[in-house]
Amino acid sequence: MRAIYFKEINAFFSSIIGYIVIGIFLVLMGLVMWVFPEYSVLEGNFANMDTLFSMAPQIFLFLIPAVTMRTFAEEMQTGTIELLVTRPISDWQIVGGKFFACLTLVMFALLPTLLYYVTVYNLGAPTGNLDSGGILGSYIGLLFLAASFVAIGVFASSLTNNQIVAFLSAAFLCFFVFQVFDLLSRLPIFFGKTDDIVQSIGIQYHYDSMSRGVLDSRDVIYFLSLTAVFLAATVLSLGRRRW
Amino acid sequence: MSVKVRNLTKNYDTQHAVDDISFEARKGEVLGFLGPNGAGKTTTMKIITGYLPQSAGNVEVCGFDVTAQPMEARACVGYLPEHNPLYKDMYVREYLEFTAGIHRVPNPRQRVDEMVERTGLTSHRQKHIGELSKGYRQRVGLAQAMLHDPQVLILDEPTSGLDPNQIVEIRRLIKELGREKTVILSTHILGEVEAVCDRAIIINKGKIVADAPIAELKRQFTGQSIVTVEFGERVDKKLLETLPQVQQVKSLGANRWQLAAAADHDLRPVISAFATKQGLTLLELHKEVLSVEEVFQQLTR
Repeated sequence: MRAIYFKEINAFFSSIIGYIVIGIFLVLMGLVMWVFPEYSVLEGNFANMDTLFSMAPQIFLFLIPAVTMRTFAEEMQTGTIELLVTRPISDWQIVGGKFFACLTLVMFALLPTLLYYVTVYNLGAPTGNLDSGGILGSYIGLLFLAASFVAIGVFASSLTNNQIVAFLSAAFLCFFVFQVFDLLSRLPIFFGKTDDIVQSIGIQYHYDSMSRGVLDSRDVIYFLSLTAVFLAATVLSLGRRRW
Repeated sequence: MSVKVRNLTKNYDTQHAVDDISFEARKGEVLGFLGPNGAGKTTTMKIITGYLPQSAGNVEVCGFDVTAQPMEARACVGYLPEHNPLYKDMYVREYLEFTAGIHRVPNPRQRVDEMVERTGLTSHRQKHIGELSKGYRQRVGLAQAMLHDPQVLILDEPTSGLDPNQIVEIRRLIKELGREKTVILSTHILGEVEAVCDRAIIINKGKIVADAPIAELKRQFTGQSIVTVEFGERVDKKLLETLPQVQQVKSLGANRWQLAAAADHDLRPVISAFATKQGLTLLELHKEVLSVEEVFQQLTR
């Protein structure tokens, strides 16, 4: 797993992909946080980072599928997958190596936003008047959300040897799991009866709950199992030649 | 026995890609897999390497069953798939070190250097694989297959698409490897089998139609021994037909004749004696050797 992990990381940073992903994320985040008057922290009257945590998932919706689309699709296109799966390593190790490599890249993109925390901390009146616990919870929530998106993306990539198909289906699946359940729960048939159950299938519900700074074990379990389900599906999909 | 294949069958839907084949390959042997396209060579190799599951039968590599003990079996196989897939955006050294990492080869750097040298990649080790010519890519493919020093090498069409000089070099390398390892290679170039392999298995429509050392293969399938002769003078056909052991006489025009006898007879001494006796000038006399090509055509038609 280590060899594959480092190979993938190297692939990100020896090609332009890694820099583009981090660059795009930071530029978009910077614009939204500090420049666009509608969202900017400077225009609002509160020293908080809500903008970051509400916008980051939207950006991840298309950025993470772009990171994960090549993981398996490219290997299947070029045939290198045949060599990889005949090495003395399990399919779980292959999937795990690729998953953690993509997640690491996303974390690299998130890392510089810690500077925003310092800035907002100093902008508060009095200085330091912000909900640090909530921010920590939000960061953890964002990481869990990224992990789920990466797992979905890796799974989508394992379904096809076409990277564009992988990208589009990953973006769609991420969007679906992230927001669609939340939106569906407002339908009259669910509203007031089972709307909270429908809502709780989606990521949004658990993400919002974590943003409040409360680390609920149910949310953690939700994210872990969502990620595990898609990784297991990837392993299954990788082994489909054996069916 | 390094590779043991017993009653191997592979079905795709209703089609038998591989149909109940059994064979063995020993250490120190280069085994050639010969057959027309679609005969089941690649499928068999994919099953041995554990890429595809078999429908029936079993495969043992170095004593490990490929389905029951896949990790152990895979660890002792080096594989060069058809079309030699490689990561084109990696450097040669980087790729080989990655492979060494997966196999947990001890002293990876040293081993990679050794392999680079052995496959003649030294001057290209700092290049992107994508920049390499086909011949050098093939060497990278061989280097990755040999990196963890496996006992068994499975090479699927290792020389396809190479120029004649590259073919000779790759063959030399394979032959060298064959002395200490078990090499199974597939090809549809018949000359390759003659040049590299100790033994050949000919597959047609998923079935083994021949499995023998090259020399024996030729002997076995030569129905007749044929001699071509040219005299300086006119000779009566009837006279030639009366010669001992001659079964058939065919005129090739202008005093040239083709004479056939049973496979284990050599007609040359008989003809030479005949010419001396009749006072004829012998311009040409040679024995036709049935090539592997002809054996192949006979078997796979």
